[in-house]
Amino acid sequence: MTTNTSTPDLHPGRLQWQSAVITAIVPRTARIKSFFLRLPQPFDFLAGQHVDVRLSAEDGYQAQRSYSIASAPDASGEIELAIERLEDGEVSPFFHDIAVVGDEIELRGPIGGYFVWSIGDAGPIVLIGGGSGLVPLVSMIRHRANQRVNTPFVLLASARTWDDVLYRDELLQYAARQDGFQLVLTTTREGARRPGDFERRIDRQMIASMLACLSQTPRQCLVCGSNPFVEAASQALIAAAVNADVIRTERYG
Amino acid sequence: MATRGFGGRRPPRDTAGRIPPGQSATDGFPVLAATPTPYIPLDQWSFTLKVGPRTVATWNWEQFNALPRTQFTRDIHCVTKWTKLDTIWEGVSIDDLLKAAGLEPPTKFTLAHSYGGYSTNVPIDDLTGGKAMVALRYDGKPLEPDHGGPARLLVPHLYFWKSAKWVNGLQFTQRDEAGFWELRGYHMRGDPWKEERFAGD
Repeated sequence: MTTNTSTPDLHPGRLQWQSAVITAIVPRTARIKSFFLRLPQPFDFLAGQHVDVRLSAEDGYQAQRSYSIASAPDASGEIELAIERLEDGEVSPFFHDIAVVGDEIELRGPIGGYFVWSIGDAGPIVLIGGGSGLVPLVSMIRHRANQRVNTPFVLLASARTWDDVLYRDELLQYAARQDGFQLVLTTTREGARRPGDFERRIDRQMIASMLACLSQTPRQCLVCGSNPFVEAASQALIAAAVNADVIRTERYG
Repeated sequence: MATRGFGGRRPPRDTAGRIPPGQSATDGFPVLAATPTPYIPLDQWSFTLKVGPRTVATWNWEQFNALPRTQFTRDIHCVTKWTKLDTIWEGVSIDDLLKAAGLEPPTKFTLAHSYGGYSTNVPIDDLTGGKAMVALRYDGKPLEPDHGGPARLLVPHLYFWKSAKWVNGLQFTQRDEAGFWELRGYHMRGDPWKEERFAGD
């Protein structure tokens, strides 16, 4: 680690690679599995941050990818990554088809300090996630629940089907607490199952109806998913008179 | 340490030497941005050159488009791990921009500023000498808003977060001042061949 005490500490220390151990693998949907990783050198992180993962072949060839942390910040020394299997992928098929409990995976983090939520950040908070774009948002929702704060949150989650909604049952449980967390689902390839849910791609009317769940204008909107999804959602927020300055986006690309 | 069971996918031999460590080639053109895409009407667009707080030159869209044009075909490298080969750009080189303003670089450092509040720092030596431009066209067409249009900075030899989308100004600074991502732990220079992703790399 290189530290120069004479320069202002704009950057906390260097991000060191470490070998984490897979302690559990849990299927979440048909295409997404959670990988629980024990960190030999645990780090503090903010809900919404990600890690870089590095896989090495025998001959020294390496591939790196970024994955958002799904777990909430805590003292367990473990993090959860929820990884979607991309058919033409190089790294995600390794996780889905080859990795087993006990394997060592190199990673470093935390990375990214903008697409985050801390318990001190006032609400209402609007979260909009498409597919695996839900992962960093779930870290925030779990953090809110663990810390027992009642900051108003509304989550609009879009998925192909009811069974493709990542962390669906856990999210339904949080919503049932009626403690200020509201959940709106939209499924693009099958019908809505709950009153107030939708059955189409995200659009302006849907966003307006979600904003109507809130008693005030949102203080922060966090939108994550594919680029077309994020563009549609963020432009719909702007059309609904949300200030662009309070919209933060994370696009998978 | 090798990862058990990982073989990896190698780039074809003819391009292997053009893919920096940890990167993989893509045929697509992924879009990444921390904010919603701003849609800037061309009649409201402007580009400002500053030395510290002082404005040295301002161009509107028409004036900017009248500046000499440069074309680049370059490989680009995003810190999110994708590399895109042979991308074709057209715009105004920073050399021509400074010439039009009659300005010799007064300091060694700059901050690029963008609509939407983004900023990134680039040393002037990485911008001049034919290395960088304000790009107006990509692949023969006006630059799309989600790729940074109407205009983006293009510094293809550094990680692509340095190529600020929606750029509207370049400011000389006395010191190397961190921009948006650099304040959040990303590297001050960002050379993909040295894998300068994060502070300390």
